[in-house]
Amino acid sequence: MGMRRGKPLWLTVPAYAALVFLYLPMLAVGVFSVNAGRHGFGWKGFTLEWYGRLLQNSQVLEATRNTLILAVVSTVVATVLGTVLAIGMSRFPWPRRWRGFLDFAVYLPVVTPDIIFAAALVVAFGLLRAVSAAFNPGLLTMVIAHVTFQIAFVALVVHSRLVTIGRTLEEAARDLYADTPYLLRRVMLPLLMPGIVAGAMLAFTLSLDDFVISFFTAGPDSTTLPIFIYASVRRGVTPELHALSTLIFLATVLLVLGLERLMWLSTRQEAKG
Amino acid sequence: MIESPEQRGESPIPEHGSGGGARRRGGGVSRLLIWYGELTTQRRLSLRGVAFILVPMAWLVGFLILPSAALVAVGFAERGAYGEIRWSFTLENFRRLLGFGLFDWSADYLWILGRSVWVALVTTVFAVVVSYPLAFFIASRPPRRRYLWLALVVIPFCTNMVIRTYAWMLLFSQHMPFARLAHLLGLIRAETSLYPSVWAVYVGMVSSFLPFATLPLYTSVERLDWSIVEAAEDLYASKRRIFFQAILPQTFPGLTVAVILTFIPAMGVFVVPDMLGGAKTMLVGNLIQQQFGASRDWPFGAAVSLALMVLTLAGLFWLRRRGEGAEWV
Repeated sequence: MGMRRGKPLWLTVPAYAALVFLYLPMLAVGVFSVNAGRHGFGWKGFTLEWYGRLLQNSQVLEATRNTLILAVVSTVVATVLGTVLAIGMSRFPWPRRWRGFLDFAVYLPVVTPDIIFAAALVVAFGLLRAVSAAFNPGLLTMVIAHVTFQIAFVALVVHSRLVTIGRTLEEAARDLYADTPYLLRRVMLPLLMPGIVAGAMLAFTLSLDDFVISFFTAGPDSTTLPIFIYASVRRGVTPELHALSTLIFLATVLLVLGLERLMWLSTRQEAKG
Repeated sequence: MIESPEQRGESPIPEHGSGGGARRRGGGVSRLLIWYGELTTQRRLSLRGVAFILVPMAWLVGFLILPSAALVAVGFAERGAYGEIRWSFTLENFRRLLGFGLFDWSADYLWILGRSVWVALVTTVFAVVVSYPLAFFIASRPPRRRYLWLALVVIPFCTNMVIRTYAWMLLFSQHMPFARLAHLLGLIRAETSLYPSVWAVYVGMVSSFLPFATLPLYTSVERLDWSIVEAAEDLYASKRRIFFQAILPQTFPGLTVAVILTFIPAMGVFVVPDMLGGAKTMLVGNLIQQQFGASRDWPFGAAVSLALMVLTLAGLFWLRRRGEGAEWV
């Protein structure tokens, strides 16, 4: 049973006010991204010039490339590792102490403020640099950092899917003499797929959303879009920046709507089955 | 001897199963057992489990647990003349954090710590106050509409924080209506923007962390048992009493989670005070960034990070004790 009353004003007004509060800043950025005036804040007419200029800005293109490489590579690695970890954690009889340690390792990045994690990685990479030059700040260190916090989130999402699907089908497959590889490929993987895809999309979103960890682990040649924007704001704002921010916002909207649709579909599938 | 696992779902760990015959201690590692339809032994099962978690756990140990340990160790080390780490065991960094400088005592760093806790608390309170009616509103929508509203709350949150914070800078800049309004009201001088200021930081932080408060509250509100409210109404309870005794206690679990989820990131925030705040609103996050960036004093930065961790954990512990029985999402 849900709420009974229709739309009392004392709920509607705060709710829409919150919405305005959340969207007004991005709306302002969007408006300025199509404003023809280069300086000042007056409305000088509609233009798409700033969007066009983005395509000619080599720094922006470079940062976009780095952002996408970082997000895609780290998401792929984290999805594989997180899924395997979730299966390993929930499908085998771990002694209590092991279980505690596993939980600790997985939940640690979820409950630590990201800046502490970033600081720990700066120190670790600093020490590892003495061993290998591969740990110099750059895309590799950023990928490692992103994978590390993404694993936890993928594992959590896949784990909840593992709980949802239960073990009956698995048991039935075993009763019919399925061996482990067959079971994984033909029974668990198809059942887990919605969870894995949702986990991957969450990891991808988190990677795009991250600034602090990237900022701490980035090198001079591995500037990502958020780092580029952060640096640009310090140097002085240009209309191109508004266009870039608006594009990133729109991309995020598409991503979140896709993720939401996916989650909705997977729960509906559950209700039917 | 063949046994089947007891208590499926709840506790699939045979060693801790409390059902009859499931309690086995030590030895018997290679005993046959049926594990969800598969005839196997403890040892084979353990080996397979280890094979599954080996690589991901090695990754987590290598890039999460050992780095955290290194951070702790560096917090007790010294900074060399060129910013390198000189390994030793000293409490100097923590003494410095407590204000004991080279010459005399100053409370600067303690102020930063205290301010961070305060700003995080205020942010949490604001986020909860905004989220509470919002959660009730969303729960009162038809199911399809609820998903839309939840997505609307989450979308800005998934946009990069630098972009969101910059958007507030734009909105608060001197030529925009807000700054002009503030000027007309005599709050600021002409031709000044609304940032850097504490209020700009609060606005930026609340808008950044709002979904952390809204989503758990919504989960609680959605499950609210309205028959209790009806019972209270039948007994002629006043509206005030209905809210405080029939509605609010039911939302405590969601409220606790909301407070925890907002408080943790708010404690460690660095982007918002960096962009919207000035020197007067320096928070722990900025101090840490400074040490690892411009100052290149890793040992002190590590010590500040440890202090932040301790403060966060203390806050969590306190909240958990207050919100006993909270449901974890």
